Amino acid sequence: MIKVHSIQSLGTLDGPGVRFVAFLQGCPLRCKCCHNPDTWAMTGGREVSSQDLFKQVLRYKEYFGSDGGITVSGGEPLLQAKDLRELFLLCKEHGINTCLDTSGCILNDDVLSLLEVTDRVLLDIKYTNEDDYLANVGCSMTPVIKFLEKLQERGITTTLRQVIIPTLNDTEDNVLKLNTIRDSYSVVDKVELLAFHKMCQTKYDTLGIEFPLKDVPEPTGEIMSKLKGIL
Amino acid sequence: MYHLNWDGFNNGVWQDEINVRDFIQKNYKEYTGDHSFLAKATDRTSNLMDKVQDLFRQERAKGGVLDIDTETVSSLAVFKPGYIDKDNELIVGMQTDSPLKRSVNPFGGMRMVRQACAAYGYELSEKVETTFKFRTTHNDGVFRAYTDEMRAARKCHVITGLPDAYGRGRIIGDYRRVALYGVDRLIKGKKADKNNLGLNSDFTVDNTRLAEELFQQISFLEKMKEMAKNYGYDISEPAKNAHEAIQWTYFAYLAAIKEQNGAAMSLGRVSTFFDIYIERDIAKGILTEETAQELMDDFVIKLRIARHLRTPEYNELFGGDPMWITEALGGMGEDGRSLVTKSTFRMLNTLYTLGSSPEPNLTVLWSTQLPQGFKDFCSKVSIDTDSIQYENDDIMRPTYGDDYAIACCVSAMKLGKQMQFFGARCNLPKLLLIALNGGYDISSDIHIGPQMGVIEGDTLDIDNVLERFGRYISWLMKLYVKTMNVIHYMHDKYCYEKIQMALHDTDVERFMAFGVAGLSVIADSLSAIKYAKVRPIKNATGFIEDFEVEGQFPKFGNDDDRVDLFAKDITHKVITELRKTPAYRDAIHTLSVLTITSNVMYGKNTAATPDGRKAGEPFAPGANPMHNREENGALASLNSVAKLSYDDCRDGISNTFSITPKTLGATDEERIYNLVSILDGYFAKKAHHININVMNRETLIKAYEDPEAYPNLTIRVSGYAVNFHKLSKAQQQEVISRTFHETI
Repeated sequence: MIKVHSIQSLGTLDGPGVRFVAFLQGCPLRCKCCHNPDTWAMTGGREVSSQDLFKQVLRYKEYFGSDGGITVSGGEPLLQAKDLRELFLLCKEHGINTCLDTSGCILNDDVLSLLEVTDRVLLDIKYTNEDDYLANVGCSMTPVIKFLEKLQERGITTTLRQVIIPTLNDTEDNVLKLNTIRDSYSVVDKVELLAFHKMCQTKYDTLGIEFPLKDVPEPTGEIMSKLKGIL
Repeated sequence: MYHLNWDGFNNGVWQDEINVRDFIQKNYKEYTGDHSFLAKATDRTSNLMDKVQDLFRQERAKGGVLDIDTETVSSLAVFKPGYIDKDNELIVGMQTDSPLKRSVNPFGGMRMVRQACAAYGYELSEKVETTFKFRTTHNDGVFRAYTDEMRAARKCHVITGLPDAYGRGRIIGDYRRVALYGVDRLIKGKKADKNNLGLNSDFTVDNTRLAEELFQQISFLEKMKEMAKNYGYDISEPAKNAHEAIQWTYFAYLAAIKEQNGAAMSLGRVSTFFDIYIERDIAKGILTEETAQELMDDFVIKLRIARHLRTPEYNELFGGDPMWITEALGGMGEDGRSLVTKSTFRMLNTLYTLGSSPEPNLTVLWSTQLPQGFKDFCSKVSIDTDSIQYENDDIMRPTYGDDYAIACCVSAMKLGKQMQFFGARCNLPKLLLIALNGGYDISSDIHIGPQMGVIEGDTLDIDNVLERFGRYISWLMKLYVKTMNVIHYMHDKYCYEKIQMALHDTDVERFMAFGVAGLSVIADSLSAIKYAKVRPIKNATGFIEDFEVEGQFPKFGNDDDRVDLFAKDITHKVITELRKTPAYRDAIHTLSVLTITSNVMYGKNTAATPDGRKAGEPFAPGANPMHNREENGALASLNSVAKLSYDDCRDGISNTFSITPKTLGATDEERIYNLVSILDGYFAKKAHHININVMNRETLIKAYEDPEAYPNLTIRVSGYAVNFHKLSKAQQQEVISRTFHETI
């Protein structure tokens, strides 16, 4: 059974074209900038079989056009790799493009077998160095790079995505490092920089959790365009 | 037959019979490219449009009506010619002797005309009062024949908005016939029809009525020639070039709106017809792309200044002073070619050359087979202007062929071959409440329908409710058809559409168009009763006045069959019941799920419903889910609406869709691309109609607070578009409160 937090039937920002986006419940990371703290808990969510979730996706196939499809996001979808493989397999059999939106922090046999039926990955590369990873994500950067290497081996088109957070990674140096990573892996088609935002504050308040970045400002449009210019 | 003015056109049966479709099919040139060929507005056009904008400003400043001629009863040739700027106008002709000046047309009913004049500070002249003192209007006739029960249904608003005091509209003359054949040929045809009727009929009621109608048609075709002559044109012969084709067609439309103040006065499907003339002239070197666009622009300017005089009551039903000058664009031909031409693009381009606007009501007949360049351009225009609507050609074409058009918002009909008797709508949530209270409407304190006790039980039981609701649906639909029969008998008798019907075949097929309001409220109410616990709360006299809902229930708009099928089943039940009572003139019963802006008024007159909607709160418009009850995003909402059957709702299923630009995609290119995907998907699901608004709620809030700063803000509402500032404050608030699909 897949633990689903919520679905968004019209996703246009998580992969190419029009996409059905399933947000899964459960995440092993605790990124300081996380805007979905309600997906952290490993329990909760709606339990649905991969068959039933597939049937739901199929209701939207007509909207996908030539390059839309399904995106599975989170939480961390790799936690449920085994069931997701079933879902993606069904999608592939019906000509539906499959996309994973992941931190890339888990690598095991189930994940590798999920990649066999994955057309595209949106890799949320949180930072570009080990110290920042340890301090602000709660895991090492090593498995993430390993994951990227597996994507490279399998030739899975990958978009690198990073949330730009003032005081943490809004530097030219950071973006230059992203460029280096991009240039080292031919499967990477582009890098997307997303502006950190604090609309999630109410979610933290509801959950009674302190939002670690509550005092960090959102980046200005100016800095975002400057950094995007360096890409 | 051959006419010199047809030189260069391909031959066909269109030359020997009135058959505009055959002319189009034999002569049009499909265009499959993109919009890069289009020209910008010329200085002449911009200067003329500036003058029009200035007139609009004056009209706004005067509370919405610039001027009224209270002395002259509107007809084809009773006003002196009027102009915006005589020397610089390419297409001429006005409803009165001055732009935006409205005329009085009391044939629908005197009371409405009097009220309308009074509402804007005018008084109807003695002259007109005297003329109509001994004349029966449509409204007089209807009320002579109405039964007590019909009056009660009207009074308690369970059937409402009926065209019993105003012109019914929804009839589209085939205005192109005047350009292609000239008026003399049309008169000749009608005279032959009348003669044949005399030879072959026994002159019972039907044929006697038709004979008189043909007399009126012929007489008004003569008047149309006189009207054109006043502007210096002889339209007795076919148009000989694009300028004349557009001018002749416009004269025909103008004659119709001078003769009738109908609720919706739609244009038809003229762009591809014009294109044949335009391309012939371009090939001859008479026109360039710029001057072709100028002709289209000038034609559209005339449509944008068309006005009818209407009462505040009417505006409550149909907010924003609309004319529904609906022009159908695109669609596929039966031979597999699309009907998209360069002039289809030129018509859409007027939203750039002249700025965005609610009129004409540009309606794209969408097919998944349309050329990509056209799809992309439509999507771009929607995103830029919020001024166009889409209807599913792939589900209409099998029934209506490839030369149909849309009357009003969503009513398809074959041009010149079919017409409809418009019938507004019945209020389904109110009917449910009347059923639960055993034949009593709590909002109006009126007893109506089968009389029985208030439904029993502490909580409502779905089987009991459905059984009871079904009985009241049967009762109301019979009453509804009978009421419509009265209305349309009288409209034909006292307010017959002489010009519009002159531009139809004599042997015409008729629809009788019924409607429902509050469908999503009904679906959610039945779902609440079935899946949650609904306890009726009674007032002191023992009637149910409110409900207490305990627990969760699926809601329409989330692609959940448990509730969506209630909506589908109820519409099926309604049309099935309607068909049991014969309609006037053997009309075919049809049903729409459409509310215009009357969903606000319907809600105001309806007590609390079992879905948790409070007394007086607006319904959702048309077939829309109730505001902010959609939890699975935009496509789930579209899927719910797409489940309604077009076979059951042949008069159209309206859905208004608002989305923020950001939700549609990150860049302009992505937004255009994604909107095309959404339209292709929605229509592949056999949905019927969609209005597209791409905007942020904040823009509407700003326009609500400072209307003068947003004079041209256009928004699609329910089958048409309006200038936001022309809506009432209540209507504006309702539009603002609607679901805007957005992702964070």
